[in-house]
Formats: sequence, C-alpha cells, structure tokens
Amino acid sequence: MKNHVLRPLWLALGLIAAVLIARHFMVPDDFGVHGDSFTYNFYRLGAVKYWEDFPAKYQGRERCGKCHDENAETIAASKHSIIQCENCHGPGVGHPKTVKQLPVNGSRELCLRCHEYLAYPSSLRSQLPGIDGNTHKPNKECRKCHDPHQPDLEG
Amino acid sequence: MSCSRRDFLKQSVAGAVAAAAVPTVCTVIFLEPGEAEAAVEGKKLRWTFLVDTEKCVGCGLCVQACKTENEIPYDAPVSRTWVERYVVTKDGETHIDSPIQGRDGYTSPEIRGEVIDPEDIEKAFFVPKLCNQCDNPPCVQVCPVGATFQTEDGVVLVDRDWCIGCGYCVMACPYGVRFFHPVTKTAEKCTFCYHRITEGKQAACVQACPFEARRMGNLGDPDDPVTKIIMTERVQVLKDEYGTKPSVFYLGLDERVR
Amino acid sequence: MSTELVVHGAEWTVKELFVYPNEFIYWSIQIVMYPYMTGLVAGAFVLSSLYHVFGQKDLKEIAQFSLVFSLALLPVAAVPLLLHLQQPTRAMEPLLTPHFTSAIAAFGIVFSTYGLIVISEIWFVYRGYFVAQVHALADQPGIGTALRRLVYRALTMGAYDVSEEALATDHKAAKILAAVGIPVACFLHGYAGFIFGSVKANALWMSPLMPVIFIMSAVVSGIALCMLTYIVIMEWQAFRNRRRGGAVQATEIRGAEADIISKSTRYLLGFLVAAISLEILDLIFRGYTAMKSWDILRSVMYGKDFINIFVLQYTLGNLVPFVLLLLPGRTIKRTVVALVLVLFGVFMMRWNVVIGGQAFSLSFSGYMHYHIPIIPHSVETFKEGLFGALTVAALPFIFFWMINKFVPSLRRDAGS
Repeated sequence: MKNHVLRPLWLALGLIAAVLIARHFMVPDDFGVHGDSFTYNFYRLGAVKYWEDFPAKYQGRERCGKCHDENAETIAASKHSIIQCENCHGPGVGHPKTVKQLPVNGSRELCLRCHEYLAYPSSLRSQLPGIDGNTHKPNKECRKCHDPHQPDLEG
Repeated sequence: MSCSRRDFLKQSVAGAVAAAAVPTVCTVIFLEPGEAEAAVEGKKLRWTFLVDTEKCVGCGLCVQACKTENEIPYDAPVSRTWVERYVVTKDGETHIDSPIQGRDGYTSPEIRGEVIDPEDIEKAFFVPKLCNQCDNPPCVQVCPVGATFQTEDGVVLVDRDWCIGCGYCVMACPYGVRFFHPVTKTAEKCTFCYHRITEGKQAACVQACPFEARRMGNLGDPDDPVTKIIMTERVQVLKDEYGTKPSVFYLGLDERVR
Repeated sequence: MSTELVVHGAEWTVKELFVYPNEFIYWSIQIVMYPYMTGLVAGAFVLSSLYHVFGQKDLKEIAQFSLVFSLALLPVAAVPLLLHLQQPTRAMEPLLTPHFTSAIAAFGIVFSTYGLIVISEIWFVYRGYFVAQVHALADQPGIGTALRRLVYRALTMGAYDVSEEALATDHKAAKILAAVGIPVACFLHGYAGFIFGSVKANALWMSPLMPVIFIMSAVVSGIALCMLTYIVIMEWQAFRNRRRGGAVQATEIRGAEADIISKSTRYLLGFLVAAISLEILDLIFRGYTAMKSWDILRSVMYGKDFINIFVLQYTLGNLVPFVLLLLPGRTIKRTVVALVLVLFGVFMMRWNVVIGGQAFSLSFSGYMHYHIPIIPHSVETFKEGLFGALTVAALPFIFFWMINKFVPSLRRDAGS
C-alpha cells in the first residue's frame, strides 16, 4: 500500500488550510496594498484614521487672542511676539470649558532656554540678549523684574 | 440642425461648470482640507519639512511641544524629535550633546560636564532632528507584518493596533528616530503631526518654534514658499548615502553633523 | 516608579559619548539566543541528512538521534522571539499578514515548512516502530499502557502496513525528505543571517557574507551539540549500566563509539574552517575599504570588544578546539572539551554580531554598553535577562526527553 506515503502531506495541507481559514477571520478587511507599492503601501487602512482622529492639544495664539486680546496686543508689540502663548502656558485644549485656568510656567529655566548667553558666534543663539544664569540674580524668578509679555526693561 | 454660436457657448459653459462641479463636489466629500487645496489646483500633496539650522537657538520649545502634543511620557528618555548641540573647538574636536533630547533647552555652556572656554570655540550650532519621512523608507521595508507604512501624501505611520513590537524597524532606521513607546509598547516615531496637518493646523514643533527654524510645505506645489526654497536654494539632507530619499531638508547643515 | 514606565532597552544600556537619544540596545540576549537555536536546528538536521542522503552508514545512530533532537530544538527556536516581542499576543501576525519584503516575514513560512519536513521524516523513520508498539502493548493491562497505546495508534496515522515493500517506501520517503530538508534547513538559518546582513543602517551587520557566515557556523554548532549530547547520553547510560552490573538490553549498554565521533568531527572541522575563513575575509575587507564607519568599527572590534572577538570567539571558540580535535590520540574527554568550546565559540559569534552591532551609535560618535540583567526584578528583566536565556537553553533538553519517550532515538533497533 503505497498511499500511506502521502499521509504526512494531507496533514500538512490540513494545517495550511487551518492557517488560511484563520487568516480569513483574523485579518481586518481593510488590510491590503493601498498605493503603488507592496513594499511601502501594505497596511490596514483604518490605521490612517487612527492618526487623523488623534486629538490635537495646542491651539495656536490666534485662538488665545480671541478672548485675551489685551495680552495678545501687548505681546504682539514686544520682542516676545514670536513666542506662542502655549509655550509658557501649556496647551490650550479644553480651555476654558473644562480647564478653567492654564498654568503659568514662571521658572527661570524656561527663560534661560533662550536667554542663557552662549558664545556661539556661528549660531543665532549668540545674538539673543542673554545672561549668565549663575551670576545674574540666581534663584530669583526672572518674571519678578521682567514682564514676560513685555520683557524689555528699557521700554 | 444648425448649432448657433449662442447655443454652442451655452453648452460649453454648462459643460465646463459641470466638469468643474464634479471635482469640487468630490473634493468636498472625499478629501481633507490640505489635500483638497492641492487637488483642486491640480497638484499632488507630498509633505516636506525644512529645518534652518542658522535659525535654531536650542531653546527646545519644539521638543516640549512635541512630547505634550503627542503624549510621549514627558520624563521618559525618548522623544519623537530632538535637538543636538555641536561645539567645534580649535583643536579639531567636535563636542556633541543632546541632554534630555534638548527638551529643556540648552541652559548651560557646559557640554557633557566639560566647561569649554569661549575662546576655544571655532563654531557651534544646534541641529533639530526628526523622522525624515523617507521616500524609500527602510523601516517600512523591514516590517514583517505591515504595521508601518507610507501614506499617499508621503508620511510614514505606525499602526499601533497591529505592531508586534519586534523592533526591526527601529534597527533599520539609519537616523535613529524610532523607539518603543513605553506605554503602548509599539514602535513609535514622529508623524509630522499627521493629526494636525490633515486638519490644516501646523505641526506642534513648527508652531512652537519662535524663530521659524522649522517649516513645512507641500513638495507637490511649486508655488509653496517652502518648496521654493528647497528647489532654488542650497539645501542638504542627512545621510543620503543610504538611498532613503529623505523628505526633511536642511539649511546650513555642517559637515560635522552626525 | 509605581507605574511600569519602562523604556525598552534603557534598563540595560549604558551610553558613552554621543549616542542619539532614542538609541538603546533593543535587540538583546534573546536575539542572540534566537539565531543560536535556529543554528542548532539547522546543524542537527544537516548531520542527520549526512546519513540519510549520503549513506554514511557509520553515522546511523547519531543521525537518528540528531533528527529527533532537531525536532526538539524547533519549538525552542520560537521561544526567544516570543520573549522578546513587545506584543507577544500578536505573534501570529507574520503568518496572517506577511510582508514579504521583510526577512522576518519569511520566518513563519520557513519555520512551518521546516517543521513539517522534520516531523514527516521522523514519521517515516519510526512508523514501523509505532506499529510494532501498537501490537506489543495490545494485551497489557493498565491505564498508562492503554494511553501509551493510544498515542502510538495516533502516531501511525492509520498506516499499519509493515511489509518489506512498505518499509522500503518509508525509507525512500525519508531519504527524499532528508535531501529536500537540507536546503530548507540552510534557508531557515540563512535567512536569519539575512535579517542582519540586509540592515544597511548597521555598519557591522551590513554584508552580503552574513547569511553564508551564519549558515556555516550554524552547521558547526548543530554538529557539535549533537555530538556532545550523544556522547553524554551514551557515556551516562554505559556508566549506569556498569553500576547495575549489566544484564540490560544489548542495544543500550555501549558508550559513545569512536568511529562515529571521528566521522562527525571531520565534518565539523570542515564547516568550522569555512566559517572562520568567511569571517576573516569580512574583517579584512572592512579594514581595506575603510568606509565611513571604519573608525568606530575598528575602535569597537580592536578596542572595546577585542577580548570578546579575538580571545573568546576566535581563540577559545575556534582555534583551541581546532587544535584539540586534530592532535593525535584524541580521547572522548578531549573531544568533549573541544565540543563545549566550539559551542561557546558559536555563541560568542552570535553575541559579537548582535550585541557588537549595537555597541556603537548610529552617530558613529558614541558607544553603548550592554549590561545583561542578572537577577530579574520585573517581567522585562526576566524575559530579556540571564534567566530568560537560561530557560531557552534548557528547553530543548526537556522537549527532547519528552519526545524521546515515544520516539526512542537512541535505540539501535527502533528506527529504519
């Protein structure tokens, strides 16, 4: 009886069939090649939607200015006009409906990000007005003397 | 059977209006605002990024914004974007650091615990880095299950629900932009803030940067201001010898940059 | 921290000089174990095929044993991957949505194919024995015996014909499978080499030689492990028999036989020479062409990893066993020492490739040091630590013991 030779083959085919059936049920319908290339465009279409629907946090200064028009005007007239409100106040998502008040980051470290003077002549950094954080009023919050919305003490 | 000029004109105009209405209607129904603009003007949407290292001051506000916007645990030693500092001294040494990925900015002249005399500095600058959203992304090529991919508008994304966490994509990236998200335990990287740019917003890092060192544009639109710079000025890319065809271009990239 | 905020890799990576922020040693000990285990699988199978395909009659016993051992190793090869995956519950996905441009996607297909071939070959070799057992256990009492008989009945898959003709067919089928299995076994491990060799981002891994180097050293390790396990088992059985004072079946009392060892050793040395030659060729080429990465690679290979590469791998793991096996008057003891060193050498090769490839930063301006977690204090430090590796190392012997209860690979009279 030579047909017993094929028995392992039937077993193998059975297992392959099982995998193919499992694949039919377990692979999402929108999985496939969505584009020109199998190399770069093989994916589940729903994944794009996941990222499109990801919640945005930062709102942008135009939205802040709608209510906080005075502050917006002051800061727009100063050298700090280039800084986003949310850089210091955190993201505005949920404000004012669910977040009554945004925090104020009053730490020295925030200001030193730009204003710790670094002598790098080939970088724009060296052209920013700056101090040596260790010697200029150490441990004191910058905003005690400098208004972040209107930082220039010389007016 | 004569077709008067008036009739002909009427029909032509009607036909033209109909022809214009179809893509307009389709635009409204199917496309996102950015794509819509591009499509109606007959231009393909292909996101591009321009980093101007002449303008970067190392304030790190971009890294802070990115981590907050994209829910990367703030204190974890990983970030979708980071800023590197290069200080080249007169003896030919290049000192490079990126403390906490530049998240808190550079608030000290000390580099890697070493105080460098300003007199010794030949040149020093800051280099922001992020995912290059390559045209030929090696990370996508090596994903065994199709969990990372390239969208039609050129952004490389990760499917968080499908990624098995093998790390092959992380190893395959020549730029080291990928990592494992500590909470989702899947591969993670910069997405050009896909969730923002597809809604007409700016990427978080682009918006946060006070000095316009980071800008984005549409490479498919020749009138896009960023595209114009890329096409007409001298720009560089990182590690082009790998054949990845990055979509992130640099102005002022020094040969010392790693 | 109370919450499990683990950045994978941060725990066991120490950075030196400038390393990109997101870089850590992501592929750690389990990724060293994986090619090591698949290498043993491939090597054991090739050794077995030397008998079945090339008719090396003297190798019959070790061939039988290594075939079954290859099967015992196979599921173990998958374990390091399951321990490494950040999402192990999704481990079936390479079979569900294989992205064939990735070498890892080949894993599901090649692994399954190879598994089917080995299982089928074992079936053909032992089918006669299964049938004989079904008959022999027919009239014996006891639930245990009845269960054993049931297992044997299932194993026969209903093919009870044990005529000369049928058994000859079995033999032929086994031979064909053994022949077909050689390239598949090579592919199984060759693609593991391709996984590394095709990563252009890694200056140490990127090389077309990588798949070939991996195959050669895999066969070396497979032969060495089979020889070693064979010697240990046979010597222990002989020792046990001597203590009992004999009177056990003649088929089990002998120790390891000299001519089997001799023949296997020759093949081992052949593959060893091939493996070493390719590795040295790779090294020479890198130094000669001196690409951008050469400076940092040189500082890693000739500096930080000098002991790992040149002392542990090349000297202790290759040169010393080479000499030990070639010197005249070779004893079983000396052979055992040489085999252990060979296995250690192949392990170091995997370590030097995987860990060595992550010892330098993509920036080419910094280094990463791997501190393997010894005492586990979390799931992650167990899975990717010493104890995880030891678990993987112990499993093939446990599986082999279990399989051997039904497929006695050490008995002369059991297989065809």
